[in-house]
Amino acid sequence: MATVTFDKATRLYPGTEKPAVDSLDLTINDGEFLVLVGPSGCGKSTSLRMLAGLEEVNSGRIMIGDRDVTDIPPKDRDIAMVFQNYALYPHMTVAENMGFALKIAGVDKEERAKRVLEAAKLLDLEPYLGRKPKALSGGQRQRVAMGRAIVREPQVFLMDEPLSNLDAKLRVQTRTQIASLQRRLGVTTVYVTHDQVEALTMGDRIAVLKDGVLQQVGTPRELYERPSNVFVAGFIGSPAMNIFDTTLVDGGLKFGSATVPLEREATAHASSNSVTVGVRPEDIEVSTKGNGINAVVDLVEELGADGYLYCHADIDGQQTEIVARVDGRDHPMKGDTVVLAPVDRHVHVFDASSGERLNAEVVSGK
Amino acid sequence: MARSLSISAAEPSPELLDLPWSTALEQWPEDTIAALPKGISRHIVRFVHLGEHIVAVKETTEELARREYDLLRTLEKLDVPSVEPVAIVSGRTDGHGEPLPPALVTRHLKFSLPYRALFSHTLRPETARRLSDALAVLLVKLHLDGFYWGDVSLSNTLFRRDAGAFGAYLVDAETGVLHPDGLSDGQRESDLEIGRVNVAGELLDLQAGGRLDQEIDPVEMSQSIVDSYRGLWEELTGPETFDRSERWRIAERISRLNSLGFDIEELTMASDDTGTTVSIQPKVVDAGHHQRRLIRLTGIDAGENQARQLLNDLDSYKATFYSDGDIDEEQLAHEWLTKVFEPVIRAVPRELRGKLEAAEMFYQLLHHRAAMSRAEDRDVPLAEAMANYIEVELAHRRDEATVVGPPTEAITMPNPTVEIDWRDLV
Repeated sequence: MATVTFDKATRLYPGTEKPAVDSLDLTINDGEFLVLVGPSGCGKSTSLRMLAGLEEVNSGRIMIGDRDVTDIPPKDRDIAMVFQNYALYPHMTVAENMGFALKIAGVDKEERAKRVLEAAKLLDLEPYLGRKPKALSGGQRQRVAMGRAIVREPQVFLMDEPLSNLDAKLRVQTRTQIASLQRRLGVTTVYVTHDQVEALTMGDRIAVLKDGVLQQVGTPRELYERPSNVFVAGFIGSPAMNIFDTTLVDGGLKFGSATVPLEREATAHASSNSVTVGVRPEDIEVSTKGNGINAVVDLVEELGADGYLYCHADIDGQQTEIVARVDGRDHPMKGDTVVLAPVDRHVHVFDASSGERLNAEVVSGK
Repeated sequence: MARSLSISAAEPSPELLDLPWSTALEQWPEDTIAALPKGISRHIVRFVHLGEHIVAVKETTEELARREYDLLRTLEKLDVPSVEPVAIVSGRTDGHGEPLPPALVTRHLKFSLPYRALFSHTLRPETARRLSDALAVLLVKLHLDGFYWGDVSLSNTLFRRDAGAFGAYLVDAETGVLHPDGLSDGQRESDLEIGRVNVAGELLDLQAGGRLDQEIDPVEMSQSIVDSYRGLWEELTGPETFDRSERWRIAERISRLNSLGFDIEELTMASDDTGTTVSIQPKVVDAGHHQRRLIRLTGIDAGENQARQLLNDLDSYKATFYSDGDIDEEQLAHEWLTKVFEPVIRAVPRELRGKLEAAEMFYQLLHHRAAMSRAEDRDVPLAEAMANYIEVELAHRRDEATVVGPPTEAITMPNPTVEIDWRDLV
């Protein structure tokens, strides 16, 4: 069973006061593809390195399966960092390139051949096993590099921003390859990225970190539809969720001239009458009249079937930008005045001081 | 939006502007290229003529280029043996205005060689041992300075001759991380394991290409790097406890470290409660003990081992001409320099000076003279030994001032036409 557990794991660099990773509590299930995501400096790479044994754990524990590996050296943890080393040896066959680490470890020839063949089949490299790397394309060579990690049959794969040095197109291609490969292999994988789109498309679950603290962990859908705080709400989703302050009124929440009804539980726990509201661009109804927030269209972005309106509005004296999704062909134009209101109460309400979520899950209709 | 070419460099180097930046590196014209890189790397790399130097040009992303450049600069300031960063070139566009990737330019160290250039046909046990020792010492130095390499391998290293040994230099810092507070055991172990596996792979590759001496076992050889590292690390940083009466052990530890080429900058000493035992542990050590002494006395900048040999010759000079010891160190050094070292170097014909570094040449000459003297059972004068050395040895050496190694094409074996079963080779 290759579960991975961070048990209140903390990393505090000497001479600093704020931990780089603060008491991280996270369990990754056997066979799961978990993505650690967050802005630069959030602690995601540090967490991965703690799991790899490359970073000291100042307090707490790291477990792989039932084993406490906190003080175990990297090579004895039965993990493999993938994409660390691309070097392919020109005189060795693809098979030898994939299997040489096993050879060094003393694994016998028959076993090596068996593992190499299995990995080659998964990676669509079987016809190339007898060839030299020079005969392969760039993408194939990358898969040989992946093969080197796979044949070691580790309990966990670790990947630290492996696509960061690829151009956009190759990034999308490789992303898909990695995700489908992991599904076929079923090996627990911990993947670090700063790109939330990557996280949403690849992860079984996503763990969002900020300033060393875990903000939320859940499926992409959970994070998208029920972000547990303002940070996650603004981080996940592209274009970003519209977020601004407003007030609670009798019956609900003030949205310009409209009132959005909220369930009683939401308003009961608010620390004050001021709250922070978030609404996704696709959850905004754009009209020419009626109740809502009055806004002026600054820019229209047409993207084929869909489009985005970039507007500005005065909300309680604050100039605020709001983005709304519209039909790509039939929409208001730049300079038009529009009325924006949330679709079917699809708002996310957060406490104005703590940033914590107040209302229940919101399922996007559009 | 039009972007203009931007070159960020430590020293102004106008020749940089003349390189064909608006062409993709892979297509640079032959007259700019000094050599193709050995092996298969993640990025496109080319060795290029720049003025009288050779530089390595690597196409990569803006972020990686900046990161590696800054890291190499920091390593340079720390005096860690590594290649010199020259420039980052960004804002490149091709003839159609399409963007080209930024490039990192690093300077190839003069007289340094990639490992594949250190042997003409097969890598023999003696050379292999020296390579492993050099790599172990480099790794120790990097780790002492808090640098985690991440991709320890022979391909990422350049070697310079150092009086019978090799000095190793870090080439590719892309995966490196500097930890100013020092490395954890886990980080050091990780680098060691990465090195062990990579070097074994590189040796296995040589074997597959028929260029490894039969006697060498790739796995054993790569393991020996780990063993050398551990031994050296223990000697440089390990604690030692002894009886209070044996305080000579302190001087002995310092002396052992000096002979390994290190100075102790800081040593902690503590005695236990009863005062009967003392324990010591070096806290800060500095490589280049002999190098520093040589530079201080003579101004000659040489490798650690070369420095040791030259200092030995200085000592012999003193024993021969000032056996009563009546001369001060600086005066002695000045005399040796003007009467022994410089005349020798000046006597080498100009066209042969690119063969070897001056200090290396001097060392080899001493070696040659000793061999001649032994063979002919007489004291061969330096001038005679030199004439013989030039004729017999130096003239036939290739120039090592700028060797970048044979291009990949020349050493890669073609795919066999006979059907092979990969299972036989795996």
